[in-house]
Amino acid sequence: MKLQRKNRLRALSFGAIAVSGALALTACGSDNNSGGNGGGASASANASNIKCDNAKGQLLASGSTAQQNAIGQWSKDFMAACSGVQINYKGVGSGAGIQDFLQGNTAFAGSDSSLKPDEVAQSKKVCKGGKAIDLPMVGGPIAVIYNLDGVDNLTLDAPTLAKIFDSKIKKWNDPAIAKLNPKAKLPNLAIQAYHRTEDSGTTDNFTKYLKAAAPSDWKYSGGKAWQAQGGQSAKGSSGVAAGVKQTNGSIAYDELSYAKGLQMAQLDTGASKPVALTTDSASKAIADAKIVGADGDLSLELNYATKAEGAWPIVLVTYEIACDKGNKADTLPATKAFLKYISSDDAQAGLANQSYAPLPKEIATKVQSAIDGLS
Amino acid sequence: MSDIMTKNPRGTDPLARPGVLAHRRMPRWAPAGIAVAAIAVGTALGLALGLSSKIQWGLIALILFVLGTYVITAAVEDRRQAKDRVVTSAVWACFVVAVVPLYSLVETTIAKGAKMINGNFLSHSMAGVLSNDTGGGVYHAIIGTLEQVGLASLIAIPIGVFTAIYLVEYGRGKLAVAVTFFVDVMTGIPSIVAGLFILAFWILVLGFSYSGFAGSLALVILMIPVVVRSTEEMLKLVPNELREASLALGVPKWRTILKVVLPTALGGITTGVMLAVARIAGETAPILLLVFGNPMINNDPFHGTQSSLPFYIYEQYVLGTEQSYDRAWGAALVLIAFVMILNLVARGIARWKAPKTGR
Amino acid sequence: MEITKETAPPPPAVPAAAAHGRRGVTRPGDRIFSGLSRGSGILLLVLMAAIAVFLTVRAANAISQDHGNFLTTFEWDANTTPPVFGIAVLLYGTLVSSVIAMAIAVPIAVGIALFMTHYAPRRLGGPLAYVIDLLAAVPSIVYGLWGALFLVPHLQGLTSWLDQYLGWTVIFDQSNPGTAPRNLFTAGILLAIMILPIITNVSREVIRQVPAAHEEAALALGATRWETIRMSVLPFARSGIISASMLGLGRALGETMAVVTVLSSSDKLTAHILDPGGGTFAANIASHFGEATSLGRDALIASGLVLFVITLLVNGAARVIIARRKEYSGANA
Repeated sequence: MKLQRKNRLRALSFGAIAVSGALALTACGSDNNSGGNGGGASASANASNIKCDNAKGQLLASGSTAQQNAIGQWSKDFMAACSGVQINYKGVGSGAGIQDFLQGNTAFAGSDSSLKPDEVAQSKKVCKGGKAIDLPMVGGPIAVIYNLDGVDNLTLDAPTLAKIFDSKIKKWNDPAIAKLNPKAKLPNLAIQAYHRTEDSGTTDNFTKYLKAAAPSDWKYSGGKAWQAQGGQSAKGSSGVAAGVKQTNGSIAYDELSYAKGLQMAQLDTGASKPVALTTDSASKAIADAKIVGADGDLSLELNYATKAEGAWPIVLVTYEIACDKGNKADTLPATKAFLKYISSDDAQAGLANQSYAPLPKEIATKVQSAIDGLS
Repeated sequence: MSDIMTKNPRGTDPLARPGVLAHRRMPRWAPAGIAVAAIAVGTALGLALGLSSKIQWGLIALILFVLGTYVITAAVEDRRQAKDRVVTSAVWACFVVAVVPLYSLVETTIAKGAKMINGNFLSHSMAGVLSNDTGGGVYHAIIGTLEQVGLASLIAIPIGVFTAIYLVEYGRGKLAVAVTFFVDVMTGIPSIVAGLFILAFWILVLGFSYSGFAGSLALVILMIPVVVRSTEEMLKLVPNELREASLALGVPKWRTILKVVLPTALGGITTGVMLAVARIAGETAPILLLVFGNPMINNDPFHGTQSSLPFYIYEQYVLGTEQSYDRAWGAALVLIAFVMILNLVARGIARWKAPKTGR
Repeated sequence: MEITKETAPPPPAVPAAAAHGRRGVTRPGDRIFSGLSRGSGILLLVLMAAIAVFLTVRAANAISQDHGNFLTTFEWDANTTPPVFGIAVLLYGTLVSSVIAMAIAVPIAVGIALFMTHYAPRRLGGPLAYVIDLLAAVPSIVYGLWGALFLVPHLQGLTSWLDQYLGWTVIFDQSNPGTAPRNLFTAGILLAIMILPIITNVSREVIRQVPAAHEEAALALGATRWETIRMSVLPFARSGIISASMLGLGRALGETMAVVTVLSSSDKLTAHILDPGGGTFAANIASHFGEATSLGRDALIASGLVLFVITLLVNGAARVIIARRKEYSGANA
């Protein structure tokens, strides 16, 4: 027994060391990453324009991955100016974002599509005395990216795109593609069309475009889930971009901000010449949209079949979703201050650097006044 | 053994070839010789046919080697020996085939992860680091993993050990049978199903929000059966004489279990527990559903969201940039190191305190 | 998987229970202690019941609102109105990837187990067993990361080769040659690598327990090493190897992260295992969870319940085989 006891003592002391070690460890980490990271975008806005309004605490938000990069940059700038606030935006997808919000787990949600009527009804539970409203915030141009050695300027139109993504066109040297690109040397190579694994607003908007612009070639009903069969799938906007980057002969639809370093196709929309995607050409298409939300809600309806000169029709608008009344008291100041900042001209102007399309002026103004009214 | 004899009388009876006391044997260098010849012919064929892939050369050489071994051995010795040699090479091939990917896995992780490991990586969180920035670290994920796994252990170990005590020391009748059966059932629960249950119960019905603790609860479900099983095995190894001696001295049963049975089995139980901890430390799926993830340090597992090492690896993988892949490999190395150390410690304890009554 | 180690347990300490009851006097300490341990057992049962009930209730809610047939529908559109979802593709993908994994892993695992017990030089066998033990502990997300970033690009060659030379078998035909191998076949290979250590470990334990006398008898009759293994080792170890494989299968069926990272999933059911597409239960839950509405979550829970039942059956079968083997060897010992 003596031996036993000694061993037990030793085991106890091991435990004590482990626990105290763990405790000591909790004290030595750091959230400060300001040094050392030279890559990507650096702080874009000057901090003096950010009004903190006594905002404090942790702001939890989740939703669309399409606006993740924009929110990431904005929260970095915002937290640099308002040291009392921590903003944690997790790109889980719009659906989960809305779920999180409706269960009262987050202060606001980011979503690629506006709320459905039953979701608005459900929101009355978390928004005491009010309801959830859509605030358009970021315009997301959707690029058609591809990876094809030796072909730099690819032009496609809606019917061809629809056929490619429906596996009706399987080779790059298909006559339909050749007709649109008389000068290009198209290889006899299999087309690998990537789509999103999970449900996504990007898929929703891309297929809405195909349906609106090529109704006879895209027969699917549309929605966030990819319905066509065949093709490759990848998880998340970044997964799609990574897949295209790795595979010669691939094509995909993806948000412009993920298209860095990849080839982008031009679109023959029926305008006098093919449209290339830039944040400007996307903003032109968003300016064509009209507000359809009522009662404080600002959801937009886009015109996908637009033939306007220089307008890139495949865009999505991502919203922030918050309560018009009855936001949680402890996060309200931070929510308001942060949303106010990101809808400001400064913050919106910075979007173009990150390949997002800023909101048109008149819409932005309405969003700002709606945010002022949040309570 | 008689049925074996009737099944294969020719093969097992050395007297089948009367008059031969010793078989002719191949020289010891024969396999090496055949291998060299096969490789040479394979290369020659590859060159002659203009096959571009070196793997095809190798395959040709391999097939030649197997065929050659069989034919030559069959000629020199006999068919039985030939078959034996072919099987020997097949078993060696199994070993090589299995070691290659496993080696590659470890090698890749170390090669890509080692360059990320430094003080900065281990002591910083991902706060404010965009996906294509360099820098950032795993500190918050390490804290998350330690706390979630620690909490899960605090809950699962007592329940698991007491259940095992019940099964070994008290359990009789229907309840014990049911418990034994359901421990088996629990062992097979896929981790994502455990995550879904906690989601349905803790978050959707009871209305709690995401937290490290919610993740711990799912890990508890995965951990309990492992703890019960290993503890049960160890308690069964404790000789009955010890219990009887203690009881005969008038020691109450609970003190007997606490002071005699458990200490005797302590080494084995610790090993089982540490292996269980190592297993749940690598779980991703429940964390994905329950802990939400958080780029910043949160030392409080009960309030607010956390990260964890497996979750962090997945998150960085999904981001898909060069920089985030690097971080994913770095975190993978940290996680493997953590799990391996736990394993080694567990095995060390097992060896140090191996029950004397073992086989 | 240490739990399944065959330790030939001595009969449980029933005689020790004499202190309890009989005399009618129970000390408070004893009552508390036995209460605690019985309570833990009951808690465990309650937990299992709760899991079954919660999953079933949620699943029933989802299935009642399904506008497709839950068993035969291919699509997984649980978030649209009307919701249409079914498990046909998931069931098929889960089974196919697991079958591929088993077809690759079981022979190799048995080979390694034999290598470690019968063929390897003694100096190599010990450390090797150790390494395989450690590999069983590598977290699945690490396998997933390695699979996606290393295995997939390196399998391109093999995939094209199979398509070119074995394409006529239909299974190995790629409808679009040159497609990146993010398919059920790759998922199967990765799963095989993952379950290899477990099957090897358990098989090795079983093979080690083959009584030396059996082998010596065969050797004494002049059998070659292979004949010894075939006649005395494998028959004795067969049921143990089968149950080891079932445990591996159970793990392959429920594996999430490794499949999520390497499989390019879609609502497609095809015999061409080299074509991208298909899906598994666990991977489908992990990747659709993000965008799921509340009904969508219930639908995923329903698919989780199916997975739960399948793994239950597989594990149950493994246990039954192990239990039978115990009786068998007990009679012979």
